[in-house]
Amino acid sequence: MASVDTTTNAGQLLAAASGGRRRLGDRVFSRTAILAAVTILVLLAGVAIFLLSEGYPALTASAADLPEGKTFLDYVAPLAFGTVLAATLAALIAVPLAVAAALFITHVAPPRIALTLGYLVDLLAAIPSIIYGLWGIFVLGPKMVPVMKWLEAKLGFLPFFDGPASVTGRTMLVAGLVLAVMILPIVSAVAREAFAQSPRRLQEGAQALGATRWEMIRMTVLPFGRSSVISGAMLGLGRALGETMAVTIILSVSGAVTFNLISQANPSTIAANIALDFPESSGLAINALIATGLVLFAITLVTNMGARWIIARQQGE
Amino acid sequence: MESSVQSLGRSQPSRLLASGLGWRRRGVNIVMTTLIAGAFVLAMIPLFSLVFEVAKRGIPGLSAEFFTSDARGVVGGGGAAHAIMGTLIITGVAAVISVPIGIMAAIYLNEYGTGRLRKALTFFVDVMTGIPSIVAGLFAYALFEIFLGPGIRLGVMGSVALSLLMIPIVIRSAEEVLKIVPNHLREASYALGTPKWKTITKVVLPTAFAGLVTGVMIAIARIVGETAPLLVTTGVVDSMNTDPFNGRMQNLAVYAYNEYRSPGVMKQAAYDKAWAAALTLIAIVMILNVAARLVYRRYKTEIR
Repeated sequence: MASVDTTTNAGQLLAAASGGRRRLGDRVFSRTAILAAVTILVLLAGVAIFLLSEGYPALTASAADLPEGKTFLDYVAPLAFGTVLAATLAALIAVPLAVAAALFITHVAPPRIALTLGYLVDLLAAIPSIIYGLWGIFVLGPKMVPVMKWLEAKLGFLPFFDGPASVTGRTMLVAGLVLAVMILPIVSAVAREAFAQSPRRLQEGAQALGATRWEMIRMTVLPFGRSSVISGAMLGLGRALGETMAVTIILSVSGAVTFNLISQANPSTIAANIALDFPESSGLAINALIATGLVLFAITLVTNMGARWIIARQQGE
Repeated sequence: MESSVQSLGRSQPSRLLASGLGWRRRGVNIVMTTLIAGAFVLAMIPLFSLVFEVAKRGIPGLSAEFFTSDARGVVGGGGAAHAIMGTLIITGVAAVISVPIGIMAAIYLNEYGTGRLRKALTFFVDVMTGIPSIVAGLFAYALFEIFLGPGIRLGVMGSVALSLLMIPIVIRSAEEVLKIVPNHLREASYALGTPKWKTITKVVLPTAFAGLVTGVMIAIARIVGETAPLLVTTGVVDSMNTDPFNGRMQNLAVYAYNEYRSPGVMKQAAYDKAWAAALTLIAIVMILNVAARLVYRRYKTEIR
């Protein structure tokens, strides 16, 4: 040991002291970690490659060979419309509720029970989507029938409530409501984190100047959390776009392209269409469904990336 | 603090409060506070309704037969033992695939990662979090179809699809707990001449153990009720199958969906079984969630 040159760094010294065994252990372990990282990248590349190679035949096939005798674009367009409509509806319903729920937990409810309340909201995210679907069709749908009749009678002049109101409750409105419940915890969690971090001194300053609680929230908490709420809303939207089982079970589909939310004739969504048709499909129909899956992946990817970009930009500030 | 400020305002009515403006502001405050509380209550109604309805409608379908027999060759009757077994096997295999990869990747990100690979991994884990579950199912199908031919359905295909959804959850949670292991523990270990890999396996991982276990349990709870990816990969079958590499395999979520979708002649019996399966699933998810919290509380290392 004494003979070791003083300029040798500590690492070399240690390695020399214990021989090669220690080095081998380090090498094996760090390589395993790198292997895991690379495996994940390969897996994702695999997702892209396999979906592209299985979806591609549908993109080039002639209309006559594809399901419903349409070109792929004509086939996927109404589905993409339904997907975006259902998800947008869900986000419009969920975001105000989620923001209010987050405000309630962080700034209104007694701090002692806030943690428990937050846990209750998170529980909504733990429930499997198949159960939301069953709940939607057996419980919420029938309860919404009179509401939709009322909407048709009172607000029928709006294209959204044109009717004729469904008597089964298997409508876009009910699907949107169930999706809203499903994405609420995600939006709420992001908003909650931002609201909880809003600077205390601003809140105390506002109250010292005589602001009421609501004024304090409006002037200090909400501006601080705004971009988080937007990104949370987009994450929720991304989740709603890809949600499958609830829509599959609830929505009665006809392929119609319509903004009418309360009728029996609805556009399907990409995910629901796959779940409904895949088990009974074969040949090119499978390729077409996989290609629609790629379109869905692209739509959710853009939405999620937008959300991450907003979060990253905000953290940079 | 908030309430003391407000009570101060009330006990000494300022000029503002005495004027009409003050009453308006106070009114707006009350209205908005009520709306916020009301929105929270509204958001909670579905949760309570859902748990209540699943319990109410699920209990009639629960019986010894439900847990002990499959549904092979039985019209309208039969149990869900094959589905329960399938859920355990498919989820178990998914966990066996995801946990080592996920935890090793998190170790890479937190202990080793540098440069481009680290950046790429962080980015793509974000991408992975956003993969719709049905797309994960399609991937597993496309992967196995290329090697085993069209129409293939296997239990392990479902596990692969679920792994795709589970890995990012495991990585994210493991990364969180590894991050909070304080650096001075690592430095103390290095100072004793312990090599890095032993520092990680003997110091970092044991310190983070409770958090890691909790994260894995929550991740399992997330995927155990997945339906869509299994619908396109594991297929529907009435009989017990315990071999994930051979033949179709039923699971609870797809079972519930199938009993609802094709109830057959004895409609109510089928619906009862769908709800019973839903109740069983909710019970599994809730037990996992509660157990995860208990494990964390009981075994977490106090870090000073």
